[in-house]
Amino acid sequence: MAREESPFRRLSSDFAANPTAVFGLILLGIIVIAALAAPLISPQNPYDLAQLDVVSGRLPPGSTNENGATFWLGTDDQGRDMLSAIFYGLRISLMVGVASTVVALAIGLALGLVAAYLGGRTETLIMRIADIQLSFPAILIALILLAVLGQGTLKIILALITVQWAYYARTVRSAALVEKRKEYVEAARCLALSPPRIVFRHMLPNCLPPLIVVATVQVAAAIALEATLSFLGLGLPITEPSLGLLIANGYQYLLSGKYWISFFPGVALLLTIVSINLVADQLRDVLNPRFQQ
Amino acid sequence: MLVFVIRRSIQAVFVLFIMSVLVFIGVYAIGNPIDILINPLADQQERERAIAALGLDKPMWAQYATFLWGALHGDLGKSFVHSTSALSLILERMPATLELAFAAMLIAITLGIPLGLWAGLKPSSVSGRSIMAGSILGFSLPTFWVGLMLIMVFSVMLGWLPSNGRGPTTQFLGVRVSFLSLEGWRHLIMPATNLALFKLALLIRLTRSGTREALTQDYVKFARAKGLSHRRVIGVHVLRNILIPIVTVIGLEFGSVIAFAIVTETVFAWPGMGKLLIDSINLLDRPIIVAYLLVTVTMFIVVNLIVDIAYSALDPRVRLTEGKG
Repeated sequence: MAREESPFRRLSSDFAANPTAVFGLILLGIIVIAALAAPLISPQNPYDLAQLDVVSGRLPPGSTNENGATFWLGTDDQGRDMLSAIFYGLRISLMVGVASTVVALAIGLALGLVAAYLGGRTETLIMRIADIQLSFPAILIALILLAVLGQGTLKIILALITVQWAYYARTVRSAALVEKRKEYVEAARCLALSPPRIVFRHMLPNCLPPLIVVATVQVAAAIALEATLSFLGLGLPITEPSLGLLIANGYQYLLSGKYWISFFPGVALLLTIVSINLVADQLRDVLNPRFQQ
Repeated sequence: MLVFVIRRSIQAVFVLFIMSVLVFIGVYAIGNPIDILINPLADQQERERAIAALGLDKPMWAQYATFLWGALHGDLGKSFVHSTSALSLILERMPATLELAFAAMLIAITLGIPLGLWAGLKPSSVSGRSIMAGSILGFSLPTFWVGLMLIMVFSVMLGWLPSNGRGPTTQFLGVRVSFLSLEGWRHLIMPATNLALFKLALLIRLTRSGTREALTQDYVKFARAKGLSHRRVIGVHVLRNILIPIVTVIGLEFGSVIAFAIVTETVFAWPGMGKLLIDSINLLDRPIIVAYLLVTVTMFIVVNLIVDIAYSALDPRVRLTEGKG
């Protein structure tokens, strides 16, 4: 095997070959920066009630209030600037999506590797649970959990973790079953390395590529699911409005033609999900060894 | 075949039992329905009488035993709020949901397969690329938001379609349906399109990748070499082979359409069982939540079983008895 360039450089040049994917990555970068820098770039702190004025409630996009502040995307029923609310909402949506994905990934990874390495009853038990869970739609499982647990940021993260872990467990297991038969694992066994060391130090890095793709797609799915649950009134509390809650908030004003309260948070949500999916699509092609010649 | 069906049915009953225990414990053990259902001004005696009437004073296992005994007799408890049988409430709302789900699947199939076939035959053409871009959008668009935007455009701005409800229904084989009247269609078309979008995107992708793969196969080259017309090669040889995974996915996705109908029904105030579920969760009407889940899970298990059997009928290479269930 000739090693002319590092794997990372090869991957990044492969990735850059698709302009749409690069566009997605740039868009995603802008969204993440906007979310992180929300307190710095927002014209208004949407949670500071002292800054809100009910008199300037439900103003259409581009209007100004008596203090000369311009609301580029309009205001909601409480006089909250929609642009600021969207920046802060992005923060919460991304935080919930990423946090739940990272924890679910860790759990699924560990269980999938253990199932593949140990085999036997352990494997049957873990994979059977995953199979049964995956035969039901994620939204149904999340709804049941939230109906049982009640609302709250931690509870929705918990629901999203429960929904996701099985995807990772299944992906890792199938990758690990292939790796397990390879010679380097046999060599590691001959060296009498401990099973945890073989599994996590040797097999794990080789199982990562398919997992990265699944995790990227799942972040987008988690963000969309959180928004949906919040819209249904079972997600985040009203004190921390994510994008889904902002959209739900505008629902009642939609029929009177005040579209902007629901429209703009939805656009932000859509752009976030599209950019993640574009990146994931290209990652799938780049990381798939079948497409490399 | 028979062995397979029996084995799967036993497994299905087992899954159903586990689900019923989990759901029952989850829904009944956490949170206290007494606070919501009983007048806070009621004195101690009235409270106790009401608790006894609802059966909430018995130990958990006794409550479950009563529940299971009733469930086996088709009685899933009485709604706390409506004071009628939870199962009959669900069944009463089911036709609306099924109608919505079938309409959505129909839209997804009639548009998805031809579009996917086209994109698969001409992957690098402008039209093929646009179809794929559209399908990425279909995956990314959050269903509830699209629903709101449809209402905004077609109900508020254009005023063409009604924004909520089912409209007048007609009796058809003893079930109330919307699709027999024009007014019903006007109510049905928007929610059905909304619900179809995600499945449409999925079917386009599936058909496209199947077509691209099939085109490289020897049997297609051979059919071409025989001098068959392009239309026949595509319509008979390619389509028939890619239909197997498509049929499977359509079957499996039907369950998820019913689950996602919860969202669409809430947006369009469609009086199906999904909307009933959300209302019941907000009112903590537990018997309805439990009944909804058990009915839905049963439907899923039956659909999955039918898909597996249909799969073997379509593809003789699949031997059901060899599957691990």
